[in-house]
Amino acid sequence: MRSVRLIEGRAVPLDRSDVDTDQIIPSDWLKRVERTGFGRGLFSEWRDDTTFVLNQPEYSSATILLAGPRFGTGSSREHAVWALMDYGFEAIIAPSFGDIFRNNSSKQGLVIVQLAAHDVEQLSDMVKEDPSRLIVVDVERLGVEVPDAGWHRDFVLDPMTQERLLEGWDDIGLTLRRAPEIDAYESSSRAPKMTDVFDAAGRARRG
Amino acid sequence: MSRKTLYEKIWDDHVLSTPDSDTTLLYIDLHLVHEVTSPQAFDGLRLNARGVRRPDLTLATADHNVPTDPLSTPVADPISRRQLEVLDENCKEFGITVFPRGHENQGIVHVIGPELGVTQPGMTIVCGDSHTSTHGALGSLAFGIGTSEVEHVLATQTLPQQKAKTMSVSVNGRLPQGVSAKDVVLAIVGRLGTGGGSGYVIEYRGEAIRALSMEGRMTVCNMSIEAGARAGLVAVDETTVEYLRGRPGVPQGDAFEETAERWRHFVSDDDAEFDAELVIDAADLVPFVTWGTNPAQVVALSGVVPSPTDGADADERGTIERALEYMDLTPGTPLRSIPVDVVFIGSCTNSRIEDLRAAAAVARGRKVHGGVRALVVPGSRRVKDQAELEGLDRVFLEAGFEWREPGCSMCLGMNPDILSPGQRCASTSNRNFEGRQGRGGRTHLVSPVVAAATALLGRFASPDEVA
Ligand code: SF4
Repeated sequence: MRSVRLIEGRAVPLDRSDVDTDQIIPSDWLKRVERTGFGRGLFSEWRDDTTFVLNQPEYSSATILLAGPRFGTGSSREHAVWALMDYGFEAIIAPSFGDIFRNNSSKQGLVIVQLAAHDVEQLSDMVKEDPSRLIVVDVERLGVEVPDAGWHRDFVLDPMTQERLLEGWDDIGLTLRRAPEIDAYESSSRAPKMTDVFDAAGRARRG
Repeated sequence: MSRKTLYEKIWDDHVLSTPDSDTTLLYIDLHLVHEVTSPQAFDGLRLNARGVRRPDLTLATADHNVPTDPLSTPVADPISRRQLEVLDENCKEFGITVFPRGHENQGIVHVIGPELGVTQPGMTIVCGDSHTSTHGALGSLAFGIGTSEVEHVLATQTLPQQKAKTMSVSVNGRLPQGVSAKDVVLAIVGRLGTGGGSGYVIEYRGEAIRALSMEGRMTVCNMSIEAGARAGLVAVDETTVEYLRGRPGVPQGDAFEETAERWRHFVSDDDAEFDAELVIDAADLVPFVTWGTNPAQVVALSGVVPSPTDGADADERGTIERALEYMDLTPGTPLRSIPVDVVFIGSCTNSRIEDLRAAAAVARGRKVHGGVRALVVPGSRRVKDQAELEGLDRVFLEAGFEWREPGCSMCLGMNPDILSPGQRCASTSNRNFEGRQGRGGRTHLVSPVVAAATALLGRFASPDEVA
């Protein structure tokens, strides 16, 4: 994972609430076995519609998505995050998010910015007024800024997520540094007991 | 010593000592894997030259995109075929037990865990699938994870976690006749809304929950995620112990009694405090149907399609309006007058043997309404075999239902079982999102008995209407 400190770019206002992960990336896209190329499937149910906001030239190359409440609820598919990032989004700003989606995002380096609903609306209005407007998401200072409007709001990230984003840390590497603790757990009385249920062909040995 | 909830007990049992770390690592006792959310995780391991720490605590099955046609039919879709092959290859490479299409233990991941007895009280269980909450019915802490987390668990058998808040949902009193576990959970999701459980682990309590069978409890826990909660739990009792007795994953004989004694500790202490509580009176519950495009949009089967003017604010009115438009429904229409094109009995919510028995009891000796396509898809090979032993397959086939091979099937539009645009489906699955069962398809969530009655009458119906 690469480090993320500052995101400076255009934003695109997706005026919808309850955008679940099925809508972000429909299930027929989940059939791939690779990690790349999901951007083409992003919001694919809506992309055929020429009036859909992502199809508007003034919003092309936007790196920040503005969405309504409860963005990313539903299925746990991480493909939603891959699709958003593969398309080019680096941050999502919304009033609330699905828990698993938020979690998945932090692991991939997609920045989740939760702001009050009226702040997201204000941002959205400013962007509609001038789509070329520069929006800045500062992961180090935890702020969102519209420099030409003098608009600024703080947001919250848990310190671990923030550090990970700033350092570009990979989760597994961090955990593997704690291997002695895992070894100790596995040799304690708390270790899982279930072993040897199936034979080599996956048939149950008993029951 | 302070009183602990069931969640806190399981949590405390699995936390790794955290001297100077902000992140709590939770040890994972069982990792379930399926073909859709795992290939990129295995890819990640290979990229970083990492192995699977505990293949013996990992179990894989093919479910999401297996066709439910006879096994002799090859997997037509090349991408699905590829995912299924890649699952086999990955499991072979990393030494993981796998149940491919056609295997005697194959089935929907959340059906096979409990039925094989590898899901056990007090365990931590994860799977790259949000309905992992199902396993909480057995008093285990089970939740869905994303593919990066799948990779993390494969590599370390642990997961960085933040402790959730706890919510008690009590269903007090006795369920009226004709009200099933599915109706209970539809009512709860309707009450909480799709975000009401967010940040919580829900423990289902009360007389009506205690009275449910293990499979009924699984139906309830399954849909916890539909209220936004990551996990659902039911405390261990004798129903749990008796369900597990004799299953392949549990110790047999005297060793079982010892293990069961340990399991009985997995209940919330009296007076344990929850961060939130919801109390529902079982007597108020009726058969429910969802009318809209999220699982909280629930009405009584005896009711009518709501109107945008029922919305509390502009946002909600807009949501109702959009849902009505997608579902092609007119406010005020009695649910019982709405015709359906397809009936789907299956999915990890309602594809277990009791679900099939209940549906078969309604269908027995009757005929599916002309023009309705009705499918019954057992949750696993073991469920299918058991049902055939009991002759349920013949009941369904004689009534005009299709009797198919186990898998996720029409729960999600990923395998050949999909709705055509505009088709309306009464489904025993758990999600009615736009396009969930196929692009443009319209899904109404119902219980197995309502699904069966609906298939017979060609419109939403309860079993007493066909009697
Ligand atoms: S049956 Fe449906 S909800 Fe359950 S695991 Fe399969 S796709 Fe997911």
